[in-house]
Amino acid sequence: MKKIINTNTSRRRFVATATAASALVGTGLGFPHIARAADPVKIGLIHPATGFLAYPAAQSRHGAQMAISDVNAAGGIKSLGGAMVEAMLGDSQAKPQIGASEVEKMNEAGVHALQGCYQSAVGLAASAAAAKYNIPFAVDVGVSDKLVQRGLKNVFRMADGYGRIAADAASNLGAINKAAGSPAKRVVIVHEESEFGTGTANYMSSLLPDQGLEVVEMIKHANPTRNFDNIALRIKALQADIVMPINYPGEYVLLAKTLRQQKVDFMASYSVLGGGFNFKFVDDQPEIAENMIDVNHWYDPRSKAGQALRKRVEADGLYFTFEVYLAYLSTMFLIDGFERAGTTDTEAVNAALAASTIDPMFMPYGPTKMVDGQNMGSRAVAIQAQNGDVQIISPSEYASAPAIFPRPA
Amino acid sequence: MMPAAVMNGLMYGSIYALVALGLTLIYGVLHIINFAHGALLMLALYAAFFLYSILGIDPYLGILIVVPGSFIFGYVLYRFMIGKLAHGKDQNILLITLGLSIVFENMAMLFFSADQRTVNLSYSFETVDLGFVLLSIPKLISFFASLVICFLLWMLMSMTDLGKAIRAVAKERQGARLVGIDVDKIFAATYGIGIACLGAAGCLLLPIFYVDPYTGNLFVIIAFTIVVLGGMGSIVGALIGGFIIGITESVGGLILGESLGQIGISVIFILILMFRPNGLFGGKT
Amino acid sequence: MGLLVLAIVLPLAIQNNFYLDVLTIIFFTAYLGQSWNILGGYAGQFSFGGVMFFGTGAYASTILWTTYGIPPIYGVFVAILAGAIVGLIVGYASFRYGLRGSYFALITLAFAEMLRIIANSVEFTGGGVGIFLNFEPSIMNLQFINARGFYYLSLGMVVISIIIAMWLERSRFGAQLIAIRENEDAAEALGINVLRSKILAIMIMGGMGGAAGTFYAQKYLYLDPPIAYSIALSVEMLLVTIVGGMGTVFGPLVGSFVLHIVTEVAKHLIESPGLSLIVYGFILILIIAYLPNGLIGLFKGLSGKRGK
Repeated sequence: MKKIINTNTSRRRFVATATAASALVGTGLGFPHIARAADPVKIGLIHPATGFLAYPAAQSRHGAQMAISDVNAAGGIKSLGGAMVEAMLGDSQAKPQIGASEVEKMNEAGVHALQGCYQSAVGLAASAAAAKYNIPFAVDVGVSDKLVQRGLKNVFRMADGYGRIAADAASNLGAINKAAGSPAKRVVIVHEESEFGTGTANYMSSLLPDQGLEVVEMIKHANPTRNFDNIALRIKALQADIVMPINYPGEYVLLAKTLRQQKVDFMASYSVLGGGFNFKFVDDQPEIAENMIDVNHWYDPRSKAGQALRKRVEADGLYFTFEVYLAYLSTMFLIDGFERAGTTDTEAVNAALAASTIDPMFMPYGPTKMVDGQNMGSRAVAIQAQNGDVQIISPSEYASAPAIFPRPA
Repeated sequence: MMPAAVMNGLMYGSIYALVALGLTLIYGVLHIINFAHGALLMLALYAAFFLYSILGIDPYLGILIVVPGSFIFGYVLYRFMIGKLAHGKDQNILLITLGLSIVFENMAMLFFSADQRTVNLSYSFETVDLGFVLLSIPKLISFFASLVICFLLWMLMSMTDLGKAIRAVAKERQGARLVGIDVDKIFAATYGIGIACLGAAGCLLLPIFYVDPYTGNLFVIIAFTIVVLGGMGSIVGALIGGFIIGITESVGGLILGESLGQIGISVIFILILMFRPNGLFGGKT
Repeated sequence: MGLLVLAIVLPLAIQNNFYLDVLTIIFFTAYLGQSWNILGGYAGQFSFGGVMFFGTGAYASTILWTTYGIPPIYGVFVAILAGAIVGLIVGYASFRYGLRGSYFALITLAFAEMLRIIANSVEFTGGGVGIFLNFEPSIMNLQFINARGFYYLSLGMVVISIIIAMWLERSRFGAQLIAIRENEDAAEALGINVLRSKILAIMIMGGMGGAAGTFYAQKYLYLDPPIAYSIALSVEMLLVTIVGGMGTVFGPLVGSFVLHIVTEVAKHLIESPGLSLIVYGFILILIIAYLPNGLIGLFKGLSGKRGK
């Protein structure tokens, strides 16, 4: 039951009553939630805009807003009479309760779909709040598999969760190793302590043996960790062939630097969902990044659409990180749902989204197929920093360059 | 690996000590807990970063600019803001410094963005091989620089007029006023010195760490622990305390793993407070 | 009294779930602030680790529910007990050794941090992975389908906290706490058992905090050590109370109200995320600077003028 009151009126009224700080009286008009022709379609974007994740949040917002302006420039949503798409920006401040609160706020302001939240914990809270009103919710970034395992009909994710990413990581490592004559035998996993690091690490340790690789140790570290000297020394003592970091940007870079400093020798750094691995990292720390491998969401560098998008983003002065293009894709996914549903009625839109066959555009994905909200066509790829650029090295159908493995002495 | 852990702990400890130095001075003299300490460390780190990235000044040389600059910033901040607005109530100073930390953190976010910044000096990866451990050059420089700064500060406090005045005010505020010391100026100067220490810490920390708007918070709890451990107001205490905590963190991480190892710091903290609340070198309450 | 009636009737008039949600959070924070107030405002012992009661209580009721199937409506009492026990331990350890002032404040911080690190490392709390709770709305589970349910629950909590404060102000125990705050040595000389009183006060704070933990867990359905033992919550507890007016019955509520309204308005008027927080920081500084006795002091001043 939503009000047919456009954003501006609610906003003014909200501020007026808030500053009066007395009885907050509102009216509850119940009208079925259908936009008339040419009423804008509102997509709420919820990301951790303030706090330590402000950078990925800004990237996500940028991607989503690019998609929205592209659609508007092409005439809006045709089946809704050329309705323009409008973004509503929400800041989760990296806290689940605030993410959920933003959902409530946007719902009251008549939002038609939601997207977010970078952090799985926030995504869980926000999408659960959205489920109360059946608002379509696209997870642009958020790898916890719990997001799509709750039986909620309004939650969708185009990208992979860490279960499938871990499987991709293991198979890709096996392939790379085999192609080089299987020189690597021993793997040490260094992971951060929360669900992301621990969950992914557990998956990896169960999958790697099938690839002929032994996990000699799983080293857990705190968030944040100031000092990786001990861990570097331990890795040195273990004489591992492969170091597998699974952590966030700050620690990712510190670990890489410390390993270099302590002159720890290994065949490759092969991270899974390495938070710190992206164009920015390769640019800022070329010496350290060189030949590091990561398995992550990545675009297909051979696709024309991908190259064009990358040019545009870099022309805007930003790095082409996965937050940007995953957000772009997720927004397009949502808008495509409205286009095919021909209405903003949530039931119809959710059904359209569940049946989506949207072209994955610039992602190295198979055809889109939603099962319980998860796109089964998604795929993570192995990427490597080579000569200051990033190439896909595995799987072979998408490889843009051969793997440099083991790394040269 | 234990000797290596101890050595690394010592190196890190020296930087923690510098951060704690400012805090202990501010507490010892002004009797305030400076909630803005983390944010001010962050600003010092950014200062060092921009001196390097824009003007090409090596952070270790940048100390010569950042330290005086920090002193002035701290002096002005206290003189015209904190001191004036607190009306002398302790809990108010607490909240004002809290408000300041919110303002500084978000200003940094607004102007510098939330990206992590690092510097890579030509000698960032050079090491000294001691056989059982490889000591990175930047950490070694930080270690000796910290010692020098602590020594200079100690000399300032014990041999100069300013130092004597500060100690007088710390001991007996009213009495100091009666003998003609401008207590308000001394407060501001002390705060300034405390922030100057942060300036030095920032320059020494940048090459071995990174900076983003929230980096300061990572070091603040450690700094508080060291201040209590060493004794509020004691320079020597901050130094020794820094070493102890650095080594505890490193050895704790070695024995208990990097996740649980953090607990060593809290445990030491609690034990000290229970059995020697004035800290190792603290005077009478 | 009138305000209370208004608060009870409110959700019948407002359908806006967002407003109800904001009010719920305001009441929740005010409740926690009041718990801090008991020890900090009335007894004069500032703590920086208030979150330890919250987190422990949250884990207590959550583990009882997810592992042993005990409904949160019973679990909350265990949470209260857990909070009180933590208060007893920390209180005894600190006060027995004569810790006061900043030392006491910092040791509470250390205890909170210690609990966070332990929670990260042990199995039964789910470690760093945390615990996910299921959404099964019912009174037994203290979960509600709509915002109204949580609104009334948090309203009930804040009302109880206000009653506790009112009782405190009229009771001998409260007078003892105030005496301790004003001059601990004199209080001792007067025959007040300072140690016992302080410990009792921190136990009350602990019990209250524990219940808040259960409320949070059942509403937001996810718990991990950084959430359960977040320093930010410890700070918020003391912030709303000091801003509102320490040692007063309505201080935490007023403080919570004003600070949250300021935050929401700033967020609404200012697009740029960092900027709205900068404004918030400045407003905070201004409030402290010009209302050193908190906002309640402002009202007292006004009513004083009216009275005479």
